[in-house]
Amino acid sequence: MSTSLTEETQVTDAAVSTRLSSLDTLESEAIHIIREVVAEFEKPALLFSGGKDSVVMLHLATKAFWPGKVPFPVLHVDTGHNFPEVIDFRDRTVERLGLKLVVGSVQEFIDRGELAERADGTRNPLQTVPLLDAIQQNKFDAVFGGGRRDEDKARAKERILSLRDEFGQWDPRNQRPELWNLYNGRHTVGQHVRAFPISNWTELDIWRYIERENIELPGLYYAHEREVFARDGMWRAVGEVSQPRPDEEVITKTVRYRTVGDMSCTGAVESNAFTVADVVVEVAASTLTERGATRADDRISEAAMEDRKKDGYF
Amino acid sequence: MTTEAVLPADLETALPTTLFRFATAGSVDDGKSTLVGRLLHDSKAILADQLDAVARTSADRGFGGDKGGIDLALLTDGLRAEREQGITIDVAYRYFATDQRSFILADCPGHVQYTKNTVTGASTADAVVVLIDARKGVLEQTRRHLSVLQLLRVAHVIVAVNKIDLVDFSESVFRDIEADVQQVGRELGLGSDGISDLLVIPVSALDGDNVVDRSERTPWYTGPALLEVLETLPAADELESHLESFRFPVQLVIRPQGALAPDAVAAGLDVEAYRDYRAYAGQITEGSVKVGDQVSVLTPGQSPRTTAVVGIDFAGSSLQEASAPQSVAIRLADEFDVARGDTITAAGTVREASADLYAALCWLSPKPLREGQKVLVKHGTRTVQAMVRSVSGKLDLATFKLEGASSLELNDIGHAQLRLAAPLPLENYLHHRRTGAFLVIDPLDGNTLAAGLVKDHPGDHEDERYSI
Repeated sequence: MSTSLTEETQVTDAAVSTRLSSLDTLESEAIHIIREVVAEFEKPALLFSGGKDSVVMLHLATKAFWPGKVPFPVLHVDTGHNFPEVIDFRDRTVERLGLKLVVGSVQEFIDRGELAERADGTRNPLQTVPLLDAIQQNKFDAVFGGGRRDEDKARAKERILSLRDEFGQWDPRNQRPELWNLYNGRHTVGQHVRAFPISNWTELDIWRYIERENIELPGLYYAHEREVFARDGMWRAVGEVSQPRPDEEVITKTVRYRTVGDMSCTGAVESNAFTVADVVVEVAASTLTERGATRADDRISEAAMEDRKKDGYF
Repeated sequence: MTTEAVLPADLETALPTTLFRFATAGSVDDGKSTLVGRLLHDSKAILADQLDAVARTSADRGFGGDKGGIDLALLTDGLRAEREQGITIDVAYRYFATDQRSFILADCPGHVQYTKNTVTGASTADAVVVLIDARKGVLEQTRRHLSVLQLLRVAHVIVAVNKIDLVDFSESVFRDIEADVQQVGRELGLGSDGISDLLVIPVSALDGDNVVDRSERTPWYTGPALLEVLETLPAADELESHLESFRFPVQLVIRPQGALAPDAVAAGLDVEAYRDYRAYAGQITEGSVKVGDQVSVLTPGQSPRTTAVVGIDFAGSSLQEASAPQSVAIRLADEFDVARGDTITAAGTVREASADLYAALCWLSPKPLREGQKVLVKHGTRTVQAMVRSVSGKLDLATFKLEGASSLELNDIGHAQLRLAAPLPLENYLHHRRTGAFLVIDPLDGNTLAAGLVKDHPGDHEDERYSI
């Protein structure tokens, strides 16, 4: 640095350099919340589907406890309709980080007659029962989720630490005020807490962070060729559980997924975003919300997410 | 079905944006939802499918008569329970960004439980926008809002005089309201206390005047539009980083003892070197710290211990310096016992811990506060038992006077004295927005009863100004 700089200039430079970027601020907030939950709860777990938000959550957890291991297991509610490449990715990630994986299976509940297949074939709404069962069986008292408030009106009003009763229900009228950075996670026997450390992130923040941190994702988030057919204004992949009706023409398109749910309700978008940098540009310029664009389950009614959350959904 | 990728001109070269948190507060009919909708719409945070849904509902309800149009207030329409009852239940968080900044907006409903919602929204806000209807001017509700914001030490208070179109863009109407606001500000010390500033802007949320761009219909107003203000005000952390007051509540101890992360080991982490690794993890709540700094470790019940910082780690990087609000892990020269609930501070800057707590309490629960009541106090990363010794008064938020009271009810703000089961390193909220704040928790059901703001002990140098 040049010695001719005045003292005043140096002070200004220092002030500028210490101001964190919005991504650093969000990362720091999320890590603070993850550490609070680990410090105050007996048995936390992290919901991990291999979807981008849960991958970011797990990445943040590795940073929060470095150089130690992530001190909690991951929990996946498997609809049985997952994309095979996402399950592969899930298993490799768990292996790489030396984590314990707990799986709650929708298929097993259907096989035992404790859940019934829906007429529309969508299994996402069926995840609630196996989720609550896994929470009870494993005595998890805190469950981390990758929910973001920009996703939906109901999520916009949910607390970062969200208290759930014995039935996993969320009561929007009876939430604890969340003040400063003081999180109140006290709960009684039978209750548990859902923790959403990336509540304040937007879809674009997630992608910028994935780019900056060089985080690996399942390949279907990037543009690839796939056999698809049009249904409900979305491109649906052809697969075992997702078969076109006779009037639906199958074509090969270059597509990618913006969200990864199960194959029976998640649609692809036409895209030429082959790299993470391409995706950042695409998301920044997008004119549709990720759920509106690609999720049949959220289109069922305007209050779809609100209803599912009250019933104990993520 | 296609998302056309159009490269925004400066996306690749733009500097990283910074984060700015603000809240909105207002009464029922002052157009707050419309203002929030306008900010989201004009900053292009609303995507096509959301806009379509709002346009359909606007048409169904016959908004705008024959002219049609979009009811921007619907963009902030919340839960079905709220739509059915025509009320807003809770603080809603919304997100938008400009080239300069990413914004987190806490949209606080005004009519039901306004104190609870305003306190919640303002506790994390860098700025709060208070709405006034230009036809009505400063109301009792406005005085209450400004009073709460002064108590919570919000750095920037912006009063938006809305519906300026309905008073024919009259300068004299605006100037009268502006003078009234400044008068209230003087009574409160708001804008003149060296902590906060107070700005008044004429806007029409419905038409967009002075919301995103300066309006030609208010030529007599030469100040910036609302969004320009929000883009340029310094965030609270920027203001506070000038204080030489490093504060770091320890969240947990990172001590892997051989249980090192397999991915870090695979990436070449020196297993031997990290065998005895021990660091204190937390988020810097105030100030900054450098390697080599002398720090005090405050453990309740013990005298402060002084040592030096030998390392600041973050996920594999060694930092020379870190500042609020960074989450880091700090290594100290001396290996004495440090645990969750302890606080690391710049050496010798915190007065002794105390078991006597004097505070302003914002009561947020339907269960009233009684003298003699047992509660929990959560301060930093420590929760201790406490007893309410006495309530010494309740603030009349409209007249700013302290009235006699022996209990506090939902939405009351009062003064109380508590006795703690263990001493805490309490600091005056006026100067320390994080280490001066605490929660009062019900030990029975775990619910949050109150937001607490630490006051100086009576007899210490007490601030003369109306205040906590």
